[in-house]
Amino acid sequence: MLAPQPGPRLELRAVCRRFGHAIAVDDVSMSVMSGEILAILGASGCGKTTLLRIIAGLESAGSGSIHIDGHRVAGEGIDVPPEARGVGLMFQDYALFPHMSLLANVCFGLHGIPRRQARAIGLDRLREVGLDHRSDSYPHALSGGEAQRVALARALAPGPRLLLLDEPFSNLDQDTRDRVRTDTIELLRKSGTTAMVVTHDPSEALRIADRIVLMRAGRVVQVGTPEEIYRSPATPFAAAALGVVLALPGNARGDTVDTPLGCIPAGHSTATPKVWVWLRPEAIRIGPSGSGTPARVLRRDFDGAGRRLHLAVDGLDAPLVLSIPAGDAAVLGDRIGLTLDAAEPCLVTDAD
Amino acid sequence: MGVVAGRTAAILLAAGLLAPVLSLAVTAAQGNGENWPHLFAYVLPQAVWDTVLLLTGVGVVVVAVGVGTAWLVTAFDFPGRRWLDAALILPLAIPTYVVAYAYLDLLHPLGPIQGGLRTLLGVTRPRDLAFPELRSLPGCMLLLGLVLYPYVYLPTRALFLMQARSMIEAARTLGAPPARVFFRVVVPIARPAIALGASLALMEALNDVGAAEFLGVRTLTVQVYATWVNRSDLPGAAQIALAMLTGVIALLALERAGRAMRGHAGSGQRSPPMSRTRLQGGKAFGAMALGWLPVLFGFALPAGYLAEAAIRRVLASGLPPTLGREIAQTMLFAGGATLVTAVLGVFIAANPGRWLSRIAGIGYALPGTILAIGLMPPLALIDSASAHLLEATIGATAGLFGVGTAAALVAAYVIRFLTIATGATEAGFGRIPPSLTDAARMLGSGRIGALVRVQLPLAWPAILSGGLLVFVDCVKELPATLLLRPLNVETLSTHLYGEAARGTYEDGAVAALLIVLVALLPVLLLLRTSGDVARRPMAAIGHDAPDARDVMS
Repeated sequence: MLAPQPGPRLELRAVCRRFGHAIAVDDVSMSVMSGEILAILGASGCGKTTLLRIIAGLESAGSGSIHIDGHRVAGEGIDVPPEARGVGLMFQDYALFPHMSLLANVCFGLHGIPRRQARAIGLDRLREVGLDHRSDSYPHALSGGEAQRVALARALAPGPRLLLLDEPFSNLDQDTRDRVRTDTIELLRKSGTTAMVVTHDPSEALRIADRIVLMRAGRVVQVGTPEEIYRSPATPFAAAALGVVLALPGNARGDTVDTPLGCIPAGHSTATPKVWVWLRPEAIRIGPSGSGTPARVLRRDFDGAGRRLHLAVDGLDAPLVLSIPAGDAAVLGDRIGLTLDAAEPCLVTDAD
Repeated sequence: MGVVAGRTAAILLAAGLLAPVLSLAVTAAQGNGENWPHLFAYVLPQAVWDTVLLLTGVGVVVVAVGVGTAWLVTAFDFPGRRWLDAALILPLAIPTYVVAYAYLDLLHPLGPIQGGLRTLLGVTRPRDLAFPELRSLPGCMLLLGLVLYPYVYLPTRALFLMQARSMIEAARTLGAPPARVFFRVVVPIARPAIALGASLALMEALNDVGAAEFLGVRTLTVQVYATWVNRSDLPGAAQIALAMLTGVIALLALERAGRAMRGHAGSGQRSPPMSRTRLQGGKAFGAMALGWLPVLFGFALPAGYLAEAAIRRVLASGLPPTLGREIAQTMLFAGGATLVTAVLGVFIAANPGRWLSRIAGIGYALPGTILAIGLMPPLALIDSASAHLLEATIGATAGLFGVGTAAALVAAYVIRFLTIATGATEAGFGRIPPSLTDAARMLGSGRIGALVRVQLPLAWPAILSGGLLVFVDCVKELPATLLLRPLNVETLSTHLYGEAARGTYEDGAVAALLIVLVALLPVLLLLRTSGDVARRPMAAIGHDAPDARDVMS
């Protein structure tokens, strides 16, 4: 391995990849800083797994270049094979070798090290994931959560400069997923591992990542911290990708916008007077009838933790759906009042 | 560097595999053509006609018996059905020349069957009981069909088990009587499997030299052999061989056409197995009798006869003195070829792209006689080149490396059966999730490291079963062995051929029995894993392995 250079741990410059006529990865540039956990978020088929495989060296980049610690590993005639990149990859199906014990699996990547020493390192890694007592077991005897932990220990054992995780929690059932996810991120943080996690679950990306790269159809839509990308989405698509978003029709007047729920600052000037205002449900406050804009309750759906209200508001074609806590007394009647929280950010786009 | 070396090795291997076909064309072109009038006037018409008739007849027998028995054991239930299901594969263990050899003695006018019939009917003189002559075209069709029908039975049965149920049930609910269901629904569904099995059976029939010769049928294969060995006319033999190749290509085209509409058949959906109709009383008895007939005539009778004759022979005069040597030589040739194919099979399966594995499939389509003729010139070329080289370098004259050596025979076996090893290894690799190989690379293994540490250990059973098949096919192989073996070297199969050619049947029984016993090994394996081995013929004619698994598994 070459000595790390100052700068980002991983840098992609204009990486493209086509499969026939289909463009899987389209002009992607991004960087990952040392010690950072980056989430790549996108729907299935958006090219995020292909991007991961290109970084790993399992697919070749059609064009563009990839740099790890300032050294080019792909692009301009260079294509460093996967085994020489110092990159680890944790597979979605874990890919544990069925013919090797857990310890042998974890030690697989430790070559050039005396056997006894490799064994000790492997046992350490297994201990970190709480499976050192089963080092002689074979993969078929593991539960899903255990297999995930072994796969993580195996990927971390050679001390990769960058760890790629492909949907690392998607094969787990709901109960184990939260626990395994917390443990995994904790281990990555503790070992100072630079990691790139591919996921299609926005809440997962928001919870685990330092920064999120949002992808759509092979392109990067937005990059930012979870907070930034949730609160200040660049496009309606980005807004919808990270959580529930409401769209209100509006009329722009100078630097403010009139909506059926009241007036808000526009933030920027718009090309047309007709606009859409995109906001999170948290930006709408529900009060008793008489406060703010009047709304009529059409339906209440109980959903356990609270209720979803379907509200008719003058000036809106479709009912507005909002969730409220179960015990909220202010909204027992048929009529309630809605106000916009001007402090909450929103996105204004032209109506056409 | 490694990539360049691998690419070079792949191209060299491809050149070696293609050498027989190319040299065949060259040899045929060298013929001065003075033979052509003779060939056209006296040899070819009769040989082509006999070959076409033989293949047609064998085709009818294998399809009728193969499809019928497959339907019997999948659609009906009767006492002993499971045993029958397994036993129907057994004739695969009997090579065509062995079945001909066995029946010639069994049905000899002075043999046990005709003798028994005479006693039964009270006839004293053999000529008073008119018995159909076995040494005839119909006799040859019937005998070949009896041992080759499992090629049709296996894939057809697998297809019935896999996807016939819903369609058959739909036909029944629409009120179709059983016969109509069979001919309008079952047979069309099974067409790809039938075409596949029939084409393999016919290629075996075309490859056969022993049975046809014993039974006096002058097929193209026999003519090629005779033209070369008896008339020492290599170009002439190559010309007939080229004509035969056209036949092989036609067979492959036929098989492709049969599979052309597999879209509606191979939907790939596995439905639960058919609910079998339980047969009672006379019907059950009839089904049993019908089902066991092919097993009786295709396996039990010839194998039983061989066992009895072998025991009689050993008791009377001990083991044949040359037997030990012949076994050792057979094992040596077959074992050597098996090792080479295993190594090459791994190389080909690990080679990126499928072109090399397709080229490896060509040899399986070459009948042994054609292959032997095609191999002669390249071998002679190697001989003269190496002789020159030796003389130029160390000034010594050395023996031959190519023609008439064990190496030549092993090369022929390798070219002919390589695709079996390749197919098995590819299937073994194919069952390994790609992420496992990727994982090894992400953990720092190179391509070879991943191959050695992950792919080979996981694909080992598949490679081993492929090796067993290659070994058995080498032991059974007759035509190429006859033509290419070193002088005065006999294997089990050539020994048997010699005894049969001399008419000293009882002396060949021990060798024939040994061949059958060895050939039983993969059949037993097939019974255990049911379906695994049957994949091999698909790979043989260059179809993609996934297709093969669809139909055969």
